[in-house]
Amino acid sequence: MNSLINLQGEIALVTGASRGIGRSIAEMLGKAGATVIGTATSDKGADAITAYLSEAGIAGKGMVLNVADKESIESVVKAVTGEFGTVSVLVNNAGITRDNLLMRMKDEEWDDIITTNLTSVYRMSKACLRGMTKAKKGRIISISSVVGASGNPGQTNYAAAKAGLVGFSKSLAREIGSRSITVNVVAPGFIDTDMTRELSEEQRNHLLQNIPLSRLGQPSEIAGAVLFLASSLGAYVTGETIHVNGGMYMA
Amino acid sequence: MSDIEKRVKKIVVEQLGVDEAEVKNSSSFIDDLGADSLDTVELVMALEEEFGAEIPDEAAEKITTVQAAIDYITAAQG
Repeated sequence: MNSLINLQGEIALVTGASRGIGRSIAEMLGKAGATVIGTATSDKGADAITAYLSEAGIAGKGMVLNVADKESIESVVKAVTGEFGTVSVLVNNAGITRDNLLMRMKDEEWDDIITTNLTSVYRMSKACLRGMTKAKKGRIISISSVVGASGNPGQTNYAAAKAGLVGFSKSLAREIGSRSITVNVVAPGFIDTDMTRELSEEQRNHLLQNIPLSRLGQPSEIAGAVLFLASSLGAYVTGETIHVNGGMYMA
Repeated sequence: MSDIEKRVKKIVVEQLGVDEAEVKNSSSFIDDLGADSLDTVELVMALEEEFGAEIPDEAAEKITTVQAAIDYITAAQG
């Protein structure tokens, strides 16, 4: 790892870190020197995180966290602070989809998405802010999506939550900028993960036609943007959304 | 000066980065000591930690002066 980027001494909390983009972020922050706590919804997921972190020689561990549950968030942040210290880099990555056309969408499908993808970010940020304001430094990075900016049929709920993260982050960036805490968003396009492997061959081909770089992105290409924002190189960037989508959508 | 008064003033000095001599009982955090709204939130959090007390939001909103903080803590500890 380039010595320009050094996260030694930072405590990074990455939600949804058992696979895909979250795992790549956890590994990259860890390789840059941060202590990483990755969360998953199950014991199995948390154990898998602990295993890949230790295999890569990264300090930290996996923990079980349900981001839709207020008490779970409070107890995990408290446990992390007690065991490792104040969280200095929070990466809100955990997210789900419940796609449906609006006319068929059920209230649960709407509520699940808002709770897991948006309310969780409010709660996680609030839980970590006490320590960050005291330390007068911190990074809050939330993973949005290109569809929050471009829209996508079948994803009114998901797009609303993902766009919501942008307004949330801009407002919070203004509130706590005076404490040297930055709040930013990374908006991935179509990335090669389990979430996009569910697409049909036809959907995939159609998508690729609209991506100037003619390929899906890799999780590490999202992690790279997160690493930049988490490091001192990104210190003067706040309230911003970095689009990483191969040119599919140019904001 | 009571023990509570001393500790409250010490925290005000630390949190707001003001001179000890400036901190009078009648001082308003925002009008006299240059605090902004975020400073007052942090100040209440620091008081909570110092005195091991939980200060509810409704009460926190009323703690706008040094004396109000002393009074609240005194009552809470009593």
